[in-house]
Amino acid sequence: MSTAVAQKRGLAATIWDYLTTVDHKKIALLYLYSGGFFFLIGGLEAMLIRIQLMKPDNNFISAGLYNEMITMHGTTMIFLAAMPLIFALMNAVVPLQIGARDVAFPFLNSLGFWLFFFGGILLNVSWFTGGAPDAGWTNYAPLSTTSPGHGVDYYVMGLQISGAGTLIAGINFLVTIINMRAPGMTYMRMPLFTWSTFVTSALILFAFPALTVGLFLMMFDRMFGSAFFDVALGGNVIIWEHLFWIFGHPEVYILILPLFGAFSDIFSTFSRKRLFGYSAMVFATVLIGFLGFMVWAHHMFTVGMGPIANSIFAVATMAIAVPTGIKIFNWLFTMWGGQIKMTSAMLWSVAFIPSFTIGGMTGVMLAAAAADFQYHDTYFVVGHFHYVIVGGVVFGIFAGLHYWWPKMFGKVLNEKLGKLAFWPFFIGFHLTFFIQHFLGLMGMPRRYWVFLEGQGLETGNLISTIGAFFMAIGTVIFLINIVYTAIKEPKVGGDPWDARTLEWSIPSPPPHYNFVQTPLVRGLDPLWVEKMDGKKGMTPAEPLGDIHMPNGSILPFMMSLGMFIAGFGFIYQVDNSSWLIAVFIGMGITLGSMLTRSLKDDLGHHIHKEELEADIKKGVGK
Amino acid sequence: MSHDDVLNPKQMPHDPEKATLEGKNKFLGFWFFLGGETVLFASLFGTYLALNGSTQGENTPENLFGLELVFIMTMLLLTSSLTSVYAMYHMKNHDFGKMQLWLVITVALGLAFLGFEIYEFYHYIHEYDFTFRSSAFGSAFYTLVGFHGGHVLFGLCWITALIIRNQKRGLNLYNAPKYYTASLYWHFIDVVWVFIFTVVYLMGKVG
Repeated sequence: MSTAVAQKRGLAATIWDYLTTVDHKKIALLYLYSGGFFFLIGGLEAMLIRIQLMKPDNNFISAGLYNEMITMHGTTMIFLAAMPLIFALMNAVVPLQIGARDVAFPFLNSLGFWLFFFGGILLNVSWFTGGAPDAGWTNYAPLSTTSPGHGVDYYVMGLQISGAGTLIAGINFLVTIINMRAPGMTYMRMPLFTWSTFVTSALILFAFPALTVGLFLMMFDRMFGSAFFDVALGGNVIIWEHLFWIFGHPEVYILILPLFGAFSDIFSTFSRKRLFGYSAMVFATVLIGFLGFMVWAHHMFTVGMGPIANSIFAVATMAIAVPTGIKIFNWLFTMWGGQIKMTSAMLWSVAFIPSFTIGGMTGVMLAAAAADFQYHDTYFVVGHFHYVIVGGVVFGIFAGLHYWWPKMFGKVLNEKLGKLAFWPFFIGFHLTFFIQHFLGLMGMPRRYWVFLEGQGLETGNLISTIGAFFMAIGTVIFLINIVYTAIKEPKVGGDPWDARTLEWSIPSPPPHYNFVQTPLVRGLDPLWVEKMDGKKGMTPAEPLGDIHMPNGSILPFMMSLGMFIAGFGFIYQVDNSSWLIAVFIGMGITLGSMLTRSLKDDLGHHIHKEELEADIKKGVGK
Repeated sequence: MSHDDVLNPKQMPHDPEKATLEGKNKFLGFWFFLGGETVLFASLFGTYLALNGSTQGENTPENLFGLELVFIMTMLLLTSSLTSVYAMYHMKNHDFGKMQLWLVITVALGLAFLGFEIYEFYHYIHEYDFTFRSSAFGSAFYTLVGFHGGHVLFGLCWITALIIRNQKRGLNLYNAPKYYTASLYWHFIDVVWVFIFTVVYLMGKVG
C-alpha cells in the first residue's frame, strides 16, 4: 500500500501501516525518525556534559547525574543513534542499488527495527524510574556489578534487546546482497555503499554474539546471583573487558564502513568520474573488516596482558592504517581532474577527509602500546574517538542524508540551508574536540565530574564547550532545513544529481515494488553505462509480469513488545519475585507470536500486470 | 510461481528446500545465523575455560562429573543427529510419511537427552550442593551447558510444531525449507555438544 493511499484513509490507518510494514523503504523511515530522535537526546546529554565542564569546580549537575550523562551519551549515540541512522541509509538504498524489490527477509527486517526500538525505549525509561546506567558506556565490572539501583540493569536488558535486532538486520543484508542481485550485478559491479554494507553485516554477524554473551553474564551476575565477575567466588572481571571489546572494536568499523561506502558513491557522483581504484577500495574494505577482529585488546593495553600481547595488538592496529590510507588516497584521486560540484553532500564528504585523517593519526599514536600508558583514560582518547566518530560517522550520515534524501522523500534538501548547517557544525566540531587532545596530554582524565582551578585546564575546556554550542546550532539548522524542504521545496524526478547507480534509475520516492521490471546490469555504475550509450534508462531483464511481494504483519511488533515487557520483569524480579509474572507474560507474547509465525502460512501477494501497466501510464518506471 | 504451485505436494523437485527464492534465502540466512551462534558458543567456551579452575572448594570438574551418564547422553544426541539425516534423506525422496517418522524418533531421542541433563543438574545441586551461585566455575558450567540445553529445548519445540502443523497436508515447497533449517539447527546443537563433551567433561576428568 502506498503512503498516499494510507493518508487518505486517516491517521489510524497510517499508524497501522507503519506498525505492520515490511517495506524496506518505510522501515528506513522508521529507523531515520527513531535514530534521529535518539541522536537529539544523545546530543542534549552531550551539551549538559559540556556545560558542566565549562568552568572549574562547576556544580551545574551533580556527580551522580554526571556519571549517568556520560554513560547514556555514549550508549545512546553508538547503539541508538549512529547504528539506526546507518540502517536507515542501508534500508533505503541497498535493495535499490542491487536492483531488488525488497530485502531477503522483509518480516525479519521489521522485527529488527522493532527490537532496536523497544530496546532503546527500555534503556531510556531508566531516567524516569530512579536513575540511568552510570558505569560508563563500556560498563566495566566490578563498577557495573556493584552499581546500586537498577540503572545498569536497564543497560543490560536494553542493549540485549536492541542488539538482537541489529544481529537480525545484519543477517538480512548479507543474504539480500548475495541472493537478490539483479541479472548482471556481479560482486565487482556493486556500488561501494553496497559493498561496505555487505562487509559491515558480516562484522555484525560475528561481533554482536560476543556482546550478547557478555550481557548475559552481566545479567546473571546482577539479577540471578552468579559469580562471573565476583572475585570473592573466583570470578574474573577481565572477561567482561575481553567480551565487550571483541564486540566493541568491530563495532567501530561497523559504524564507519557503511559511511566509507556512502562517501565513495558521493565523491564519484559529484566528481562525475567513476571511483578511482574500485577494486582496491573493495579490497581495502574487506581488509579493514578482517583486521577489525584482530585488534580488540588495544583497548586494554594497561590491563597487564604483558609486552608480547601488547606488541601483537599494537602492530595489528597500526596495520589498519594501510587500507584506510588506500581509501583516503582513492577518494582524493577520484576528485582529481573531476568536474566537481560542491553540493552539501559533497561539502560534508570533503570535510570528512582531513577530519577523519586527524582521527586516524591519533589512532596510530594510541596504538603505540608504550605511549598509550600515558594517553590511556585521558581526554586525548576522548578527542581521538570523537574525531573518527563525529568526523567520520556523523559527517557521513549528514552527507548520506543529503545525497539520498531525494530518493527517500522525493525532494532535494535546501542547498543554502544545508551549507548553513554545515559550517557551524564543522567549525564547532574542531573547536570542541581538537583542544581535547591537548587537555588530555596535559593530564586531564576522562569521565571526571569536575576539574580544578589553576591547572591550566580552564581555557581549553571553555573553548571546547563553545564549540559544542556551534555543533548544536548546526544541528538545529539541519532540522529547520528538513521542515523547510518538506513545505517549500519542489518535487524532483528520479535522478536529480545526474548520478551513476541503479537507485537513480527509478522514481523518487520509488513505488513499493521498486522496479517495474528487474533491470539488466551491464557494468560498474550501471545507470551511467546506459546514459553513455544514449539511453534514457535501464534495459529490463524480464518481460512485464506479475510481481510477488511480501505481506505486512503485526507479529514483529508483538514479539518486540513481549521482550520489552519481559525486560521489566527481569529487572525488577530482584526486588520482588512477583515481577516474574511480567517475564512470563512478556516471553509468552514473544514466543506465542513466534509460534504463530511458524504455523500460519504467509505466502505474500502478487501485484498484477494490469496494475503495473496502469502505474506505468502514470509515469512510474520512467 | 503461483501460490498453488508452492503448496502443491505433487510438484516436487529434487531439492525442495532450495527450489524457491524464499527457500534459498532461508537456507543461506540460516547458515549465517549458525555462524553467529558459533561465536556465541565460542564466547561461552572461552568464559568457561577462564573460570573452570575457580572452584572455591571440593566441587571440581574431576569430583563432579561421571562419564557414564555423559557418554549415554552423547550417544543419544549423536544418534538423534543421524535420525534427522534420515528424515532429510526421505524429504529429498519426497516420502513425507517416513520423514515425519524419523523426525518423531529424533524428538524422542532429544527428549531423552534433555531428561538426562535435567537429572544431571538435579544430581549436582542436591548431592553436591553445586549450584549456579556457589562458585565462578558453577556459574560458567551451568551457563555453558544450560545454554546448550536451552537450544535443545527450543529445537524440540520447533520440530514438534512442524510435525504437527504439516501432518495432514504433506510436504510442499513452502514448508520444505522450514524442515531443512530445523534439521540444520539440530546438527548444530549436536556439534556444540561434541565440544562440550570434550572441553567440559573429558578435559575436566583428565586435565
